Amino acid sequence: MTDSEGSDSISRADVQHVANLARLALSAEEEERFQHQLSAVFEHFQKLSALDTEQIPPTAQVIPLKNVMRPDTVEPSLAEQDVLANAPDREGDQFRVRAILDF
Amino acid sequence: MNLSTLTVHEAQDLLGRGETTSVELTEAVLARIEAVDETVKAYVTVTVEQARAQAQAADARRAQDGADAPPLLGIPAAIKDVINTKGVRTTCSSRMLENYIPPYDATVMQKLNAQGSVLVGKTNMDEFAMGSSTEHSAFFTTRNPWDTDRVPGGSSGGSAAAVAADEAVFSLGSDTGGSIRQPAALCGVVGMKPTYGRVSRYGLVAFASSLDQIGPFTKDVTDCAIVLEAICGQDPKDATSAPEVVPAWREAMKQDVRGLRIGVPREYFGEGTDPAVEESVREAIDQMMALGVEVEDVSLPHTDHALATYYIIAPAEASANLARYDGIRYGHAAQDAESMWEAYSRTRGEGFGSEVKRRILVGTHALSSGYYDAYYLKAQKVRTLIAADFQQAFEWVDAIVSPTSATVAFKIGERIDDPISMYLSDLYTLPGNVAGLPGISLPCGLADGLPIGLQFVGKPFEESTLLRLAFAYEQASGVRYTPALA
Repeated sequence: MTDSEGSDSISRADVQHVANLARLALSAEEEERFQHQLSAVFEHFQKLSALDTEQIPPTAQVIPLKNVMRPDTVEPSLAEQDVLANAPDREGDQFRVRAILDF
Repeated sequence: MNLSTLTVHEAQDLLGRGETTSVELTEAVLARIEAVDETVKAYVTVTVEQARAQAQAADARRAQDGADAPPLLGIPAAIKDVINTKGVRTTCSSRMLENYIPPYDATVMQKLNAQGSVLVGKTNMDEFAMGSSTEHSAFFTTRNPWDTDRVPGGSSGGSAAAVAADEAVFSLGSDTGGSIRQPAALCGVVGMKPTYGRVSRYGLVAFASSLDQIGPFTKDVTDCAIVLEAICGQDPKDATSAPEVVPAWREAMKQDVRGLRIGVPREYFGEGTDPAVEESVREAIDQMMALGVEVEDVSLPHTDHALATYYIIAPAEASANLARYDGIRYGHAAQDAESMWEAYSRTRGEGFGSEVKRRILVGTHALSSGYYDAYYLKAQKVRTLIAADFQQAFEWVDAIVSPTSATVAFKIGERIDDPISMYLSDLYTLPGNVAGLPGISLPCGLADGLPIGLQFVGKPFEESTLLRLAFAYEQASGVRYTPALA
């Protein structure tokens, strides 16, 4: 685990950038802690760069299934009220969301 | 006899002969929960009323079905709180889903319900299945029934502890990097991660979709075969579920093991492995030899790279999967946010715990522009190499044998501040997820009164071989591991 700020490979700004990409609000204390921990974790990941993988194809999924099809038939879906039951905020039969554009 | 100590097959026998009822069995399990769960803390939710109603229904059905009663009819089961149960709160041990009540059942629940098993409750876990100790649960830490100062392992620690403490006859968990096998090892029960694709993931809250797999915790290998038969099979609702036929494992496991070959990977022993764990596993391997199993040395040369590979791929997939928690359709929602962006980021900042945030950040960074090739693509390539290691070994041997985890159960708090030391407890299980292979853990001894896990990892869809090896070992050793929990 890296302790001194200077040796961290990930900067505070990197953490803030990634947190913003992930839409994740962090406290100042969290930003500092994650900066150190992420630096240590990504340092460990450097291990992989020693391997020559130039000619190696990537594996996304291990079981060789392709183009899984099903008959195009209508199946019953969940009832509207069941789907809405967990909504934090709703209006009638709709999820209430915030305005995306400001006018 | 206390009915809560029964295995599935012992309970089946008694129920079949009319010597007990599901109501009696369920009451015994509920009484056991009442007696010990204050200490063990295996459960997030205990479904007392529903369990009683299901037990009564099971007894009524048995009167109709007679000898045709399905194997799990009337058997009390605990379900990891990451598997959706219709009408029963499913929290993932997260503040984010603290009040989430699923409107549908996971496919595995439909299968258990079709057999008439009895749901006694939902078990504690590391939040969103991220962790190896249950210490990352947003609610509380589950205790190891063998020593309540120690962790039960994780992430399916509640499911493992519930079975070890006789608070359920069997349970289900999920395994993304060892989350069934490692807690099974630390709690002294049998746990299996089936081949990727064997069990439908429909209704399993997604962590890392190319690695996640549901599997059973049981008190012995016979029960493992019984539960596995019940939950496996292709599902139109999960396009990654495999079309392979589900064998009659309870029969297949009894086949003689003479002539089977098992490989001992040199990378899984020595430095980093507790000497007492190694000694016990080597004794078990000797016992397998005495049963006529041939033992070979094998090498899995990329083992040393599995941890980094896993901890890039799993968080990358998790960061995408967890993007769905936006506070709009379900789950926690931040109050009084001023803008849409603030609502999203505060909802997620408030709803997720530390380990989940850490992994979202790791995954997002590994996938972000400028880093994708260096981390995510690189890890996917190394994934190919790790899978090839196993393919080469399987040209010589039928299964790989090793410790399940390098150590016995560690103390609560011991590894919580050091993510990498926590990640190391899954070193011998996570390559199996990376390669999509089936693996089973079963107890093979004790060190200082704590259980040690023996792991067999097999070829894709060769769970039969693993069950044969595990059943033969269990029969030969003749030990039943039970914690001396008051």
